[in-house]
Amino acid sequence: MTQATHGLGGLRYDPAKRNRAPEWNVLGALVLIVLVFELLNRMNGTSFLFNMRDTGGLFNQARLDIIVLQVAITGIIALGVTQVIILGGIDLSSGSVVGATAMIVMSFAQTELVNGNPNPKAIFGAWAMDLPVIVPIAVGLACGLAAGLINGLLVAYTKIPPFIATLGMMVSARGVAKWWSNGQPVSFPTETYGSLANGDILGTLTFGLVSWPGQNPAVVFAVLALLFQIAMIRTLYGKRCYAIGSNEAAARMSGINVDRHKVLVYAIAGMLAAVAAILLTSKNLTAQAGMGVMYELDAIAMAVIGGVSLAGGRGSIIGTVLGAMIFSTIISGFTSIRLDAYYQEMVKGAIIVGAVVLDQWRQRKRMRG
Amino acid sequence: MARVILETRGLTKHYGGVHALEDADFILHEGEHVAVVGDNGAGKSTFVRQVTAVEQRSAGEIFFDGQQVAFSGPLEAREAGIETVFQTLALADDLDVPSNLFLGRELFRWRFGPFSWLDRKTMRDRTMEALKTTAVKIPNVDNPIRNMSGGQRQCVSIARTAAFASKLVIMDEPTAALGVQETAQVENIIRGLKERGIPMILISHNLRQVFDLVDRIVVFRRGRIVASLRKEETDGNDIVSYITGVKGGEVNA
Ligand SMILES: Nc1ncnc2c1ncn2[C@@H]1O[C@H](COP(=O)(O)OP(=O)(O)OP(=O)(O)O)[C@@H](O)[C@H]1O
Ligand SMILES: [Mg+2]
Repeated sequence: MTQATHGLGGLRYDPAKRNRAPEWNVLGALVLIVLVFELLNRMNGTSFLFNMRDTGGLFNQARLDIIVLQVAITGIIALGVTQVIILGGIDLSSGSVVGATAMIVMSFAQTELVNGNPNPKAIFGAWAMDLPVIVPIAVGLACGLAAGLINGLLVAYTKIPPFIATLGMMVSARGVAKWWSNGQPVSFPTETYGSLANGDILGTLTFGLVSWPGQNPAVVFAVLALLFQIAMIRTLYGKRCYAIGSNEAAARMSGINVDRHKVLVYAIAGMLAAVAAILLTSKNLTAQAGMGVMYELDAIAMAVIGGVSLAGGRGSIIGTVLGAMIFSTIISGFTSIRLDAYYQEMVKGAIIVGAVVLDQWRQRKRMRG
Repeated sequence: MARVILETRGLTKHYGGVHALEDADFILHEGEHVAVVGDNGAGKSTFVRQVTAVEQRSAGEIFFDGQQVAFSGPLEAREAGIETVFQTLALADDLDVPSNLFLGRELFRWRFGPFSWLDRKTMRDRTMEALKTTAVKIPNVDNPIRNMSGGQRQCVSIARTAAFASKLVIMDEPTAALGVQETAQVENIIRGLKERGIPMILISHNLRQVFDLVDRIVVFRRGRIVASLRKEETDGNDIVSYITGVKGGEVNA
């Protein structure tokens, strides 16, 4: 369909040259990065992506698993962070909320007897032992909800910058995590709790040449990503997020209850951090006060790499999922070429800064037109 | 005389020590188009923000459509039937045209609280209709409006107001950013509203436009209403002397 008539002042408009969705650029970047690591690996006679042994499938299954699994849990946090950033805010507290939630959740997930002896790490008395798995899950979600609500209420009603409000939560929640059991780890969950993240409800999925062992954290990540992608694109919830992040005053004038919506979005972000905490403790079968340190930065980096603008109003859940894959691919890539772990951290820092520089650059380019 | 649609009595707004609006008595009748003129900072936009409850007034009463009203916010004012083009554009740059037209009054397929499912197709169709009736031309309504020209964005804002107009339309300097052609288009939209019998308050610095379009002219000066004149009983020089303070005691509008 041409809409040549619809040019103000008679300008012609060519629908075929419409702006490409920015997610395609992110996908392109992902492919490029995979290619680079494939090349670097080939120089050493190995392969990044493919199986070089005679047995097994076409792809390097272990690598694919790691790329997905490594990103699933922080990716879930990034889903919430993405919504907060699109709203025009920021959430620095998610890593600490993971830590605090992990400690609290685990205390309700413990089993009474370990190898016939009483649980050496028991936090509460017998009443809190071997509770049905729904209890720790509910407690965990409640913790995340509480943290998110406090963030949201602070941001919406005290009008302090989100950076400060969530920085306060970052410090306080970490304090809660350390205080909870005087810095001691909380361990030995029930078998059901342990199987939450270690099982695979889907079994092994095979799509042509790729098979996927379907680890639960990845399944949860995929399902939540899909749900929130739909919510952001198709429902009032997302429309309001983009409207507020784009022009808060306009959203207010249009009658959107901006403050209430902010509280809702921060609360959802807090609950997503709690989901990550549940999966993380289940996976590791223990909770430690230091869990989730710096996850907030990883999550923000994933979003920004995925094209979510720190200025608010722009970006998508799909973009963040791709950003998360890029993040994970780079880390796996460095491992594959045997780059030292210290270098990895340095490079990770550079990636985060680089992504923000890219975002700024995109914004300025947009201004220049 | 026709029924009164909007009346303010002693409407006052202070920003801290700034007396932006003082004791404004204003009346608008059914079907009437009134212009509000005055120098920069005279309090015109402040007046609009009090009537539409974007801000809460310091003092005074507002009567709308036969009742005393105390809107708690712009949404309530809009739901009561007041459509406004604000001077600072109330548009979300990252949203497309339909989303902006329906911002805050989205249509739904299914209602489910904040997760209500948007009826994007109907909103898009109605947007196209609204743009057609207002003769506003937009290259592609599905693009974020960020990339559109100031005039096009202004047109979106005006199309929104015209499309939803019911009891009262307020436009705060709607043609300030527009070229000659687009200004003419907006003036046509305003004439259309007049034909539909929809009353309007037009804020404008363009006296030619004011004399072309409205029935009555209200002059603001330093936060006060200093004149309210029917178009026939005044002229440009007269209005200018009120605006600049050469003429003018206080008059009830
Ligand atoms: N939020 C605010 N806080 C303090 N002062 C304000 C505020 N809003 C407006 N003012 C002041 O109130 C006065 C009236 O402003 P207003 O915007 O109503 O002027 P105006 O008549 O619309 O002018 P213009 O023609 O330039 O749009 C100005 O002196 C302005 O600086
Ligand atoms: Mg003004």
